[in-house]
Amino acid sequence: MANPTDSAVSSVKSDPKPKQVKEAIVEIVSDSGEGAQKCGQSLGAISAKMGNGVWTVEIIPAEIQPPARSKAGASGIRVRMGSGPITNMGDQANLVVALNEQVLYGRIDQKAFKPGTYLLIEKKWADNPSEDIRNDYRKSIRKFKQLGYLIHEIPMEEECLKIVNDARKGKNMWVLGLLCHIYDRDLEIASEQIRYVFRKKDQQVIQNNLDLLQAGYDWATRNLDIHYSIPPNPREGDHVVMNGNEALSLGVMAAGIEVCSMYPITPATSATHAMAETMESAGGIIHQAEDEIAAIGFAIGASYAGKTAVTITSGPGIALKTEFIGLAVMAEIPLVIVDVQRGGPSTGLPTKVEQGDLLSVLYGAAGDAPKIVIAPATIEECFHYVILARKLAESFRSPVFVLTDANLATGVQPFPRPVIKPDWFAPPLDQSPWKEGLKPYDWDHATGLSKRPIPGQKGGMYTLTGLAHDEDSHVAYDPAINQRAAESRSRKLAALLKTLKKPVVHGDEEGDLLLIGWGSTKGAIEEAVDRARDMGASISSLHLHFLSPLEPGIKEILKKFKKVKTVEINYSDTVGDPLITKENRRYAQLAWYLRAHTLVDIDCFSNVFGQPISPYRILKMLEEEFDMKFTEDI
Amino acid sequence: MIALKPDFCDITLPENYEYGMEDYSSAKAKWCSGCGGHTILNSVQKLCQEEQLAPEKTVFVSGIGCSSRFPHYMKTYGFHGLHGRAFPVACGVKFRRPDLNVFVITGDGDCCSIGAGHWVHAIRYNMKMVVLLFDNSIYGLTKKQTSPTSPLGTRSNTHPTGSVLPPISPVQATLGLPNVSFVAQTVDWKAAHLHATIRKAYEHPGLAFVRIVQRCPVWMRDDYEPTVKDPEAITLMHHENGIALDEKGMKKFRKVIEHDPSDIVKARENAELIKDSTPIGLFYQNHAASRYDQYGAHNLGISTEDRIDAINELMDRYVI
Repeated sequence: MANPTDSAVSSVKSDPKPKQVKEAIVEIVSDSGEGAQKCGQSLGAISAKMGNGVWTVEIIPAEIQPPARSKAGASGIRVRMGSGPITNMGDQANLVVALNEQVLYGRIDQKAFKPGTYLLIEKKWADNPSEDIRNDYRKSIRKFKQLGYLIHEIPMEEECLKIVNDARKGKNMWVLGLLCHIYDRDLEIASEQIRYVFRKKDQQVIQNNLDLLQAGYDWATRNLDIHYSIPPNPREGDHVVMNGNEALSLGVMAAGIEVCSMYPITPATSATHAMAETMESAGGIIHQAEDEIAAIGFAIGASYAGKTAVTITSGPGIALKTEFIGLAVMAEIPLVIVDVQRGGPSTGLPTKVEQGDLLSVLYGAAGDAPKIVIAPATIEECFHYVILARKLAESFRSPVFVLTDANLATGVQPFPRPVIKPDWFAPPLDQSPWKEGLKPYDWDHATGLSKRPIPGQKGGMYTLTGLAHDEDSHVAYDPAINQRAAESRSRKLAALLKTLKKPVVHGDEEGDLLLIGWGSTKGAIEEAVDRARDMGASISSLHLHFLSPLEPGIKEILKKFKKVKTVEINYSDTVGDPLITKENRRYAQLAWYLRAHTLVDIDCFSNVFGQPISPYRILKMLEEEFDMKFTEDI
Repeated sequence: MIALKPDFCDITLPENYEYGMEDYSSAKAKWCSGCGGHTILNSVQKLCQEEQLAPEKTVFVSGIGCSSRFPHYMKTYGFHGLHGRAFPVACGVKFRRPDLNVFVITGDGDCCSIGAGHWVHAIRYNMKMVVLLFDNSIYGLTKKQTSPTSPLGTRSNTHPTGSVLPPISPVQATLGLPNVSFVAQTVDWKAAHLHATIRKAYEHPGLAFVRIVQRCPVWMRDDYEPTVKDPEAITLMHHENGIALDEKGMKKFRKVIEHDPSDIVKARENAELIKDSTPIGLFYQNHAASRYDQYGAHNLGISTEDRIDAINELMDRYVI
């Protein structure tokens, strides 16, 4: 507890012992700009510091400020806390704090929570000057009660106004206090968190927020009988907690990348925000280019000149960059390209989750453009995969894609604190004289690999070109030269494949059903598989991290299962829908790719709801596969 | 055909020079006979030799089009990239490599049409580099389509009865951009002026934008011939701070005006003259415009220890 001489908050705990639970899911929903996300992120950080497993995911409307009190305009956050590690957003929330009642409708429609859930709703709308609002409020409360929700109407604003003049600036910390009591959070850690969150503000602001935290906590103590504890499991060693975009940004710096060239696009840009303050002290520069095309062109120019570079974007940005990506493949320019995927096609769902870019990244360019594609599955991997990508790009003289998505971008999870190693950095610029007689594309017959000259290297002068070229980089339209050059570029992937290990199956290595996933769905898939296995299903899963080249031995793994199905967040037809047959069905992206690769009749389970996939949804699908019951109905 | 005389300008070389013309000259240029590209190439190679630019420290970046084959004919480093995208690549090259001499070779379609967005911003970035816009007012490589600088009424394969839009003036447009620091215009057939302009551009501490009015004898002979033949069709802008021409060189011009290149308002007025008589010379120069390449290079040489410390400091903020 806090030091009493300090002006920090202190607990007045007088209520009975909290009920111990293994995990809890909380949602805080509001109109945009009410600070719900800051509240949830703080709750997540406090829980992580206490030693709990945590996953947070933001609920984001596409607009900065959609109309207030709109049913679909919910902005907010989900926080899942557990005794053990938490790898995904989970199923339905156990408790929801709503700053207005209208935003609950959209979440209920999305089955984000189920009857029996606690809804803690701001009460001020009951006394609103507008009769319409008062009526809407009363009607909604009645309806939620009828639906079986457990309603608590809470005078949040009224209580906040006892401390601050403007409740809008502070209600979130009062709610944090409320939640800290409900989930038995350590108030000293919570106070530290508030001091950290408001570290750039003046003392009065910090004190107000500490007072609000205390007031929310005390109010819950006096008025609520909802009280849980989630016993933490102690962790060994230092841990950090951050979201995937923050992990990417630290990865960029830890890889020693000197140029991060970008153009603002949701949901990728926050990665650049996270590095903005530190990048220059870490030896690099962020270049905000005039457009997506220029962003990659600039990175390619820097890389050609021997400076390691990354460009970070999302699907529409990849579409614009495609011609340059083809050039980077053709001219063999090392480059890291991060694609934080969002819903497509076109502008699509800018803030929502989709794994929709796999095929466009693999095949989007004109002609055959083999490149390396890797996909981190956890926040921790977002960090390490950038470092890996930088090394692969240089070793294989190739663009390397890192595919993440909006789920990883905003998901927050603790992981062991990486210890930065100097050998993660790019080697110093090579300005030694170029080996006499060595050609700029001296393709090794077996591996396709060649060493590249860098401007400044005496004797290495060549003109890089996107035209077909021979080993001297001379423009060459000769049929045999073009064939050989294409073979060499493709062979690099086969050479990389030689260094990869067979992926490990989660669960038994044989059985009735194998689920295959890639990217951010790993936690949800494995949790669903574990739950189904516990209930007797013969099921395993496989998660792929290398998508180009594909990891070795996949076909052998698949052969040991009666059925194979991918689980993805992208579009696929459903057999039985109007006009859709097994013959004309369009499959989910990894399924297409694996079917072609393995000639195995792989099925898929996918949707484009724009949401992270939950274990619940996967289990519902498995109920049909196994004709068993794995979930409760909602 | 107007050919370039080998002694078109005086070359003063250091006594013990290291690099001869052969050190800059690669494949034989594959441009058409009579193409203005040949004279520009020759002039640039001579500049490299005069300045003894180390070939390994010199990079020519181009886009796509007739002009953009240029890097293949040099024996320096070169980057023959994508249509319209020479500027972002060149800026990326220069950003963290202040030691490299960067030249951009672009054409009217490349710069003023497909790459126009990059052109605007490259001017604003004002990195030290020489930009040579080979403006022949036509798409040559794809066989005579209207370009953004084709004069109104130009008959082309896309506009057989004559183009319908007024052309862009690259000089006027560039003079209208923020942070512009050097704008000059020359013609490929006045070799001494061409060379003096390229030299002035090379010496400029920032982005030097040079529009070279270029002959395309295959598609646009009717367009440039009157200008080449009529001594009144060119107006020389002269000033002690402008493009240096000796007395002999000056005598070749009938129309001469005095123009102070530090005066941007006057520069913009002169650019309007284009309609009647092509002005050549230095429109505008500002030595003090801010340079993005200096920002880009400001933290070079930071030690590995300091870099790791900075990353650790940020990482520590996430420690729980």
